[in-house]
Amino acid sequence: MRHIISILVENEAGALSRISNMFSARGYNIESLTVAPTEDASMSRMTVVTVGSDEVIEKITKQLNKLVEVVKVVDLSEAEHIERELMLIKVRAGAKEREDVKRMADIFRGRVIDVSDNTYTIELTGDGAKLDAFIQALDQSAILETVRTGSSGIGRGNRILRA
Amino acid sequence: MDRIKTEELTGAQILIRCLQAEGVEVVFGYPGGAVLWIYDELFKQDKIRHVLVRHEQGAAHAADGYSRSSNKIGVCLVTSGPGLTNAVTGIATAYMDSIPMIVISGQVPTHAIGEDAFQECDSVGITRPCVKHNFLVRDVKDLAVTMKKAFHIATTGRPGPVLVDIPKDVTTHTCEFQYPETISMRSYNPVKKGHAGQIKKAVQLLLEAKRPMVYTGGGVVLSNASAQLKDLIKRTGFPITNTLMGLGAYPGTDDQFLGMLGMHGTFEANMAMQHCDVLLAIGARFDDRVIGNPAHFASDPRKIIHIDIDPSSISKRVKVDVPIVGNIPDVLSDFLGLLEKSKTQDIKVWWKQIDEWRGKDCLKYDRKSKIIKPQFVLEKLYEVTGGGAFITSDVGQHQMWAAQFYKFEQPRRWINSGGLGTMGFGLPAAMGAQMANPGATVACVTGESSIQMCLQELSTCKQYRLPIKIINLNNKYMGMVRQWQQFFHGNRYSESYMDALPDFVKLAEGYGHSGLLIDKPADVEPALRETFKRKKDLVFLDFLTDQTENVYPMIAGGKGLTEMILSEDL
Ligand SMILES: Cc1ncc(C[n+]2csc(CCOP(=O)(O)OP(=O)(O)O)c2C)c(N)n1
Ligand SMILES: [Mg+2]
Repeated sequence: MRHIISILVENEAGALSRISNMFSARGYNIESLTVAPTEDASMSRMTVVTVGSDEVIEKITKQLNKLVEVVKVVDLSEAEHIERELMLIKVRAGAKEREDVKRMADIFRGRVIDVSDNTYTIELTGDGAKLDAFIQALDQSAILETVRTGSSGIGRGNRILRA
Repeated sequence: MDRIKTEELTGAQILIRCLQAEGVEVVFGYPGGAVLWIYDELFKQDKIRHVLVRHEQGAAHAADGYSRSSNKIGVCLVTSGPGLTNAVTGIATAYMDSIPMIVISGQVPTHAIGEDAFQECDSVGITRPCVKHNFLVRDVKDLAVTMKKAFHIATTGRPGPVLVDIPKDVTTHTCEFQYPETISMRSYNPVKKGHAGQIKKAVQLLLEAKRPMVYTGGGVVLSNASAQLKDLIKRTGFPITNTLMGLGAYPGTDDQFLGMLGMHGTFEANMAMQHCDVLLAIGARFDDRVIGNPAHFASDPRKIIHIDIDPSSISKRVKVDVPIVGNIPDVLSDFLGLLEKSKTQDIKVWWKQIDEWRGKDCLKYDRKSKIIKPQFVLEKLYEVTGGGAFITSDVGQHQMWAAQFYKFEQPRRWINSGGLGTMGFGLPAAMGAQMANPGATVACVTGESSIQMCLQELSTCKQYRLPIKIINLNNKYMGMVRQWQQFFHGNRYSESYMDALPDFVKLAEGYGHSGLLIDKPADVEPALRETFKRKKDLVFLDFLTDQTENVYPMIAGGKGLTEMILSEDL
């Protein structure tokens, strides 16, 4: 099953590789990983999307907790949560295609953030499935470049992860 | 107004002060460019003794042996690049067995890092998977706090090696020195007390058990829980087995002790593990060499209680019913408190069954042999040293025979590389044990192949007059490899014969020690007796043993605990 795990970690050089090392050394898979500092600059928040049975996920959270720099770990998928991912996608948009591409972007509530004679760059946020759907909806041969951040997640309501 | 004068010290001076503040008495190391300033400061003081090894692997194993054989922490010091890479085997060895240890490595100056400088390597990157934690100190102001953290992390929770990498310029930069008295880290807070509810549940299971079994590992030794363990076993009358790492945690001569379990464990210990109805596992991790195939193990129903300081060791290979995370001595004391007013089941029938299994006498060997049997040497070693020596070992058949035949009465006396299985560990580990326990009897049980992996340390032993006794069980084979080839590869002894062996007696003499070749069973005991009388000398005993002897019982890889190959089967 797919799980989304949130990790609070000391913002120290090497912390990221310690975490990614642990996944590869023990053969756990990472579908995506995002990391950036929090409002407290001494700490980073990481979101890892992984796939595994409940047993494997339990092992992953235990191994994460064991890392000296990891402050807290929570499996967001255990309860109500929200997930968002940002995608920047550059598509061919000459005179012929412009209107179609723009319309499609509007339907998905995407924004055109850069324009050239023959390209549009569109910004789109949502959960992974929505981004997938947008890619599917486009003319595949028109896609020039895609950049996705991977999922970030947060618990709903009073579900709060802090140090 | 006068300002309080704090001391302005160099990084190298600060490092030495930190080690002194931690009570470090001995550092095992080897100098080089990046650590010259540190060596300079070592030279100028006389509180910390430096032991100059002959290869950095030896430094790491010696520091490790120092930790294992005492309650002190081993420290090793190596230079950048090859100094550090040479130490990696020793660091990984300590990591696999959860041994607290501090490794200090020199690094190229901060401005040169990343430029492929002379003797540069990414020490933090290389060691990351085989340390509990590591640090690169980029600023001399961070050095003291980092050292404090390193000692704290290495010795608390599930212990392990911690590496501190110090660039050369940091050792010359100065700052005010103050060693923190305590340290707290929001991201690192090992659990101590076990959960009271879980402990209650566990004790209830023990009280209901009709076929109880206690299985303990290295965690009991590391947490110094032998006294509590002994109380528990005596109070309950339950049978107990130790893993290879746990030997000595419970007296090896006691009637309730079933011997070691696992791949080369006793018939009775393995059978009791499989057929018990309640299993109490303490500071052990159900690894592949211990329970063999986990599916086979799970095929007999039993309730499992598992006590460990490390939550990630629980339910890793085997699902447990009552997990208890906590410091073992504390948890066992809680157990004892609860057991006080209650009565355990009558387990006479269970003991009768166990005694039947014991009747197999699974460790029997040919005592009339004209060729020296390795088991015989170890039995005599045990007799001659009265069970009280520090015994280090290398890796192979000799290691297993030592574990089977030497009856350890106390913890921290049996020192071997269980997790990584590192040949070459024995001799340098014995140096560490001897440094930590001056005056004690220290013997290294080894094989002709293993001993050659860190042989150069004979020179260190000479320099520091370490009177280690080397028990070389010379079967002219990588015996353990040969055994597997005999059992599982149709007797094709591919590259397992150690040809062109040196004359070990002359070799020992070349290093300034004494050596003795023993090739007759009748000479074994006299040679040992003479040797252990020599309190001041290192003596290398080269026993020419039966080349065809195998270790029994044996569980083949992937097989279940009860699927043992016994000597009588062949
Ligand atoms: C560094 C290292 N290399 C290889 C091995 C694999 N290995 C395990 S036991 C063994 C043979 C050991 O031979 P010896 O020291 O003579 O001991 P014996 O088994 O004959 O008692 C080997 C090669 C190992 N454990 N460690
Ligand atoms: Mg051999």
